[in-house]
Amino acid sequence: MSDAILTTHGLSRSFGGLMAASSVSIELHRGKLHALLGPNGAGKSTLINLLSGELRASAGEIRYKGDDITGLSPDRRSRIGIGRSYQKTNIFPAFTAFENCRLAAQSREPRTLRVFEDALRFEGVCTAARRALEAVGLDNRSDSIAPALSHGEQRQLEIALALATAPDVLLLDEPLAGMGAEEAMRMVELLRGLAPRHAILLVEHDMDAVFAVANVITVMVNGQVLESGEPAQIRASPMVRAAYLGEDGALAGYEQS
Amino acid sequence: MRRRTVALGVALGLLALFPLAGSDFYTELVSKVMILAIFALSLDLLVGYTGLVSFGHAAFYGIGAYALGLLAPKYDPANLWLTLAAAVACAGLAALIVGVFVVRARGIYFIMVTLAFAQMFYFVFHDTKFGGGSDGISMNFKPVAAIGSFIPFNLSDANHVYYFVFAALVTVFLFLRTLSRSSFGRALQGIRSNEERMRSLGFPVYRYKLASFTLAGALAGLAGYLSAMQFGFVNPELLSWHQSGNVLLMLILGGLGSLYGAVVGAFAFVALEELFSSVTTHWQLLLGATIILLVIFLPGGLASVASRFRRLLIGAPSE
Ligand SMILES: Nc1ncnc2c1ncn2[C@@H]1O[C@H](COP(=O)(O)OP(=O)(O)O)[C@@H](O)[C@H]1O
Ligand SMILES: [Mg+2]
Repeated sequence: MSDAILTTHGLSRSFGGLMAASSVSIELHRGKLHALLGPNGAGKSTLINLLSGELRASAGEIRYKGDDITGLSPDRRSRIGIGRSYQKTNIFPAFTAFENCRLAAQSREPRTLRVFEDALRFEGVCTAARRALEAVGLDNRSDSIAPALSHGEQRQLEIALALATAPDVLLLDEPLAGMGAEEAMRMVELLRGLAPRHAILLVEHDMDAVFAVANVITVMVNGQVLESGEPAQIRASPMVRAAYLGEDGALAGYEQS
Repeated sequence: MRRRTVALGVALGLLALFPLAGSDFYTELVSKVMILAIFALSLDLLVGYTGLVSFGHAAFYGIGAYALGLLAPKYDPANLWLTLAAAVACAGLAALIVGVFVVRARGIYFIMVTLAFAQMFYFVFHDTKFGGGSDGISMNFKPVAAIGSFIPFNLSDANHVYYFVFAALVTVFLFLRTLSRSSFGRALQGIRSNEERMRSLGFPVYRYKLASFTLAGALAGLAGYLSAMQFGFVNPELLSWHQSGNVLLMLILGGLGSLYGAVVGAFAFVALEELFSSVTTHWQLLLGATIILLVIFLPGGLASVASRFRRLLIGAPSE
């Protein structure tokens, strides 16, 4: 049993009267891919925003490698190894795909005082950027300006940005949404390859993909954890079936976008 | 890219030879424009590269100018290098202090708080005896460029002032161009493009913005110092919101975020000012109308004219 790298206890967040996340306790382990399921509005993105520091917790705590990081800013969390991607594509529209990733990689070696040297001369950073592009299959599009990429390619770039920061923990908010079948398959392969060396939290609606790669599955409904366990346990759970999965194990109450 | 280098070379050559034309009036005018170009360049770092639209940038220009006015002895010339360094340091320090409070604000709020801070500085100089009140300070001597007993040039000579300012402009331009390609400069552009994502990628955005604000303030201080040096007096108008507005207009006129635009904008602004004020006393109206038309029909500013023209001819994006 590997040690938990990121854990939450009683993590909650309310918006006015709405409990978007309500006393959520989960554990992410290195080497495990943890899938987060739930209908729209269940609080999945809220949980990711709490873990990445973009939302402040109303209650509860977050521990990373043993330290309490509940009050840490998003940039500090990124620097200690928590990377994320966004459900709604969040890239740099002013730059090429390469420069998008190069900036992301630069965050690991900021070199703020080297103002007389062109950043392109730092080979390590450029290599990390090219690797990230290659990993998501965008290496042939590296010189395209971000808005010129297709919707699916922008989704790939979204993931590449997170990868380029070389995180230990990856929080992926619906990474496959908006990708074509081929790219989605490639991404699933990528996730499988990343899983052994990372702790991954994957929010995803594609059930085939989830059951193909997940080691652990947590189901959320109305801000609360309904059930958490191994894929077989989740698939068999009467509670999950009733609340969320259809009779045949397919997703109910979720319209394909 | 090559075309740009050629254009830059030609512009530099013309500027270098300009005083040989022998008109003192125009030599002094172009010196003044080059000082404004430095001022506009410093603002481009903030607006064009970091995405911080400051409406109070003249505060640091004014502080740089007042530093010379206040440091210059009454009956002796000041030392150029010492007072110059002090002026840049004062403006940078003031920008650092103001920046601590303002760079957290975003968008319209940033515009408002920078304006408010600049007005505060304006009233300090305008309403207290500290800087000579609304009359400002007249200096009896030009600073002396002495390094020990060696005096490389003489700032009482308009041509020498011209070349000193020219050298300062080229230095600031090259410095900012180098900076914009460095890791720091590219991070600033990332902040301009998508601040939220920069933060979630691990960049301490606040510190980057503060550094940019401080550096821009210091460079504005350099421009202000040069202005005080050229004209021999300072008054609170240097810090007024008109001045902050004018330098913003120069940038918009020339184009943001290219550095070339800042320089072109300063020249275009003064040229338009001279042109319109020679035909009517309502020249500000004409200037305003011209700028509005320009923003509508040429959103990239004058610096984008060449590439637009080329795109029109070739039918493909340049660069
Ligand atoms: N910034 C916000 N302000 C107010 N309500 C929010 C905000 N973010 C999310 N919510 C609400 O919280 C609930 C959970 O949203 P979200 O975490 O985005 O769900 P999911 O990602 O599972 O679809 C929804 O009801 C949503 O409307
Ligand atoms: Mg969501």
